[in-house]
Amino acid sequence: MITIEQLTFHYRHSTFALRVPRLLVADGQKVALVGPSGSGKTTLLHLIAGILLPDEGTITVGDTQPARLSDAGRRAFRIATLGLVFQDFQLLEFLDVLENILLPYRINPALNLTGDVRQRALQLARETGLEPRLRHRPGRLSQGEKQRTALCRALITQPRYLLADEPTGNLDPAAKKRVLDVLFEQCARAQTSLLMVTHDVSLLGRFDRAFDLAEVSR
Amino acid sequence: MKHVWFLAWQSLRFNRLQSAILIIGLAVPLYLPLTVNGLVARYQVGLLRRAASTPLVAGGLGSRFDLVLHALYFRGSVPRLLRMADVEAMRATGYAAPIPLYVRYTAHHAPIVGTTLDYFTFRRLRLARGEQLLELGDCVLGAEAAASLGLAPGDRLMTDPENVFDIAGSYPVKLRVMGVLEATGTPDDRAVFVDLKTTWLIGGLAHGHTDVTSTNTDASVVLERGASNVTANAALVEFTEVTPTNITSFHFHGEPADFPVSAVIPVPKDEKSATLLRGRYQGPEATVQILAARSVVEELLGLVFRIKRFFDANAALVGVATGLFLVLVVLLSLRLRRPEMETLFRVGCARGLMARLMAAELAAIGAVSLALAVAGAAVTIALVSLW
Repeated sequence: MITIEQLTFHYRHSTFALRVPRLLVADGQKVALVGPSGSGKTTLLHLIAGILLPDEGTITVGDTQPARLSDAGRRAFRIATLGLVFQDFQLLEFLDVLENILLPYRINPALNLTGDVRQRALQLARETGLEPRLRHRPGRLSQGEKQRTALCRALITQPRYLLADEPTGNLDPAAKKRVLDVLFEQCARAQTSLLMVTHDVSLLGRFDRAFDLAEVSR
Repeated sequence: MKHVWFLAWQSLRFNRLQSAILIIGLAVPLYLPLTVNGLVARYQVGLLRRAASTPLVAGGLGSRFDLVLHALYFRGSVPRLLRMADVEAMRATGYAAPIPLYVRYTAHHAPIVGTTLDYFTFRRLRLARGEQLLELGDCVLGAEAAASLGLAPGDRLMTDPENVFDIAGSYPVKLRVMGVLEATGTPDDRAVFVDLKTTWLIGGLAHGHTDVTSTNTDASVVLERGASNVTANAALVEFTEVTPTNITSFHFHGEPADFPVSAVIPVPKDEKSATLLRGRYQGPEATVQILAARSVVEELLGLVFRIKRFFDANAALVGVATGLFLVLVVLLSLRLRRPEMETLFRVGCARGLMARLMAAELAAIGAVSLALAVAGAAVTIALVSLW
C-alpha cells in the first residue's frame, strides 16, 4: 500500500507548492492521477519514488518511508520495489531496446539476469509491438516506441508498485489500447499497485478510481 | 562486474568516434617512450653482446667510435687504412692471431666483408647451405642478405660500382655465391663475405684480362710491346667474373704487404697477451690503435643514454599534458553525459556503480591504448631491427 499523509513540497526559487492531505493506494489497486498541467502530478510520482524529498508529511510505500532512507537506500528501494515510467522516457541512448528493457538487471546486483528474465523481456516486447525493434537504439525509435520501451523496462522486474507518468501520451489509439492492455494485465497478474498520470479522461473507466490533484491541492 | 563492463563496452561502442580519438590520443604519447626505450634496450643488448664477443679491435689512428662501429657492425668507413704489413707485424708479436677485415665495397647495398676463414671460426658462423669460400671471386652470404637478395648457392651477385660516373675506375665484379650462413641475429646476417683477396680484386688491385703477351694478340689493344713489358690500351677486355677458364689470368699488381685492410680483430691468447699487445701499440709513434671494443661501445651508449634522458623528460612532459587533457575530457564528458547519469539515477543505479561504470570506460580506453602502444612499439622495433 502507498500511504501519503499531510504532504507538502515546494521547489526552491519557485512559487509552486504541492499539498496532498491524504492519498491511499491499496495493494493491487489502479489509481489514475489527474489534474491540469503544473498541478504537480509528476512531482508527486517523484516524491513517492524518493527522487524528490517532501518538505513535510509522510510517504509510506509498503513498509518503507523513502524520505527516511539514505541516498543509496532510496536508490536501492527504487530499483527493488518500484517500476517507473517517466514522461521523458529516460532511455539510455547507447543501449538498444532489449538492453534498455533489461537495464534494471544490469545495474542492480540483487537482481539476477537469467534466461527467464530475457524471455520475459521478449514477451513484453512482443505484447507491446516492439519485437521488430529489439536491436534498435532509442535514436531510431518513434516517440511511441520509446514510451513502450520505458514501460517494458518498468514492468520487467514485476514491481509491487508501478508509477507511470503518462505512458500513453504519445501513442495512437490502437497502440494506446494495446499498451494499456499489457499494463493492466501485468499489474493484475503480479498484484501490482498502479498510480498513473493521465490527461485522457476516456481511460478513467479502466481504473479503480481517479485522484484529482487540482481538487486536493485547492 | 560483468554488467559494468558490458555497459561500458556498449557506451564506448556507441560513441566509437570519440572513443577512437581518445584511444589514439592516449596511445601516441605511450607509444613514443615505449618505442624509444625498447629500441635503446634492444640496441644496448645487441651492441654490448657483439662488443663483448670481440675483445679487441685494431685500426688506423682516428675516431675510436668509427673504428669500432666499422669493425663490429660494418658501418661507415675508417679515417685511415692499415696495410697487410701491419697485420703481419701484429701476428709477429705472438700475442694474438689477427683477423683482417676490409669493408669498403657493397653488393646491392649489402656490405662486402673481405676477411679470412678465421673470421668464421671466431664468430662461430656456420653454413646453412652450400660451401665455404674456395677461390677468388667466391662469396658466402649472411642469412638476411641471402633472403633479401633472393640468392642461393650457385647464383651470381654483382658488386656495386663505387662511382657510376668514373668510367675509368674498377669494374664491378660478378661474385659466385658458394654458401649461405645460418642466421645469428648479428650484423653478419646482412653481410656478403669474401676472401680478402677478392676485395682487393673488387678494388682493382688485381685483375684478369685476355693474354697480351702472346703474338696472336689483337694488335689494336697493344700500345707498346717491350722486351719484358707489354702496355695495352683501354680496349683490352678485363674479366668481370672469375671462372675456371680465366682464373689463371688474374694477377695482383703491387706489393702484397702494402695491400689495404680497414680493421683487424686481434684474437689474443689470453688476457695477459691482450694487455701486452695493447701496450705494444700505445706509444706516441704508434700508427695503429688497439681498442677494447666493449669499453668503446659502453662509452657510445653513455652518449646515447644522455640523449635518451632528454627523450624521457620530453615524454614525461607529454604524459603530464596528456593526463591534464584526459581530466578535461572526462570532466566535459561528464557534463555531456549528465542526462545519461540522470537516467541511471532515476532508475535507481547506485552512485558507486555509476562511478565504476565511468572507471570501466576509462580503464578500457586505457587498456586498449596501452595495447595499441605496445603493439605499435613492438612492430616498430621489429621493423627498425630488420632495417
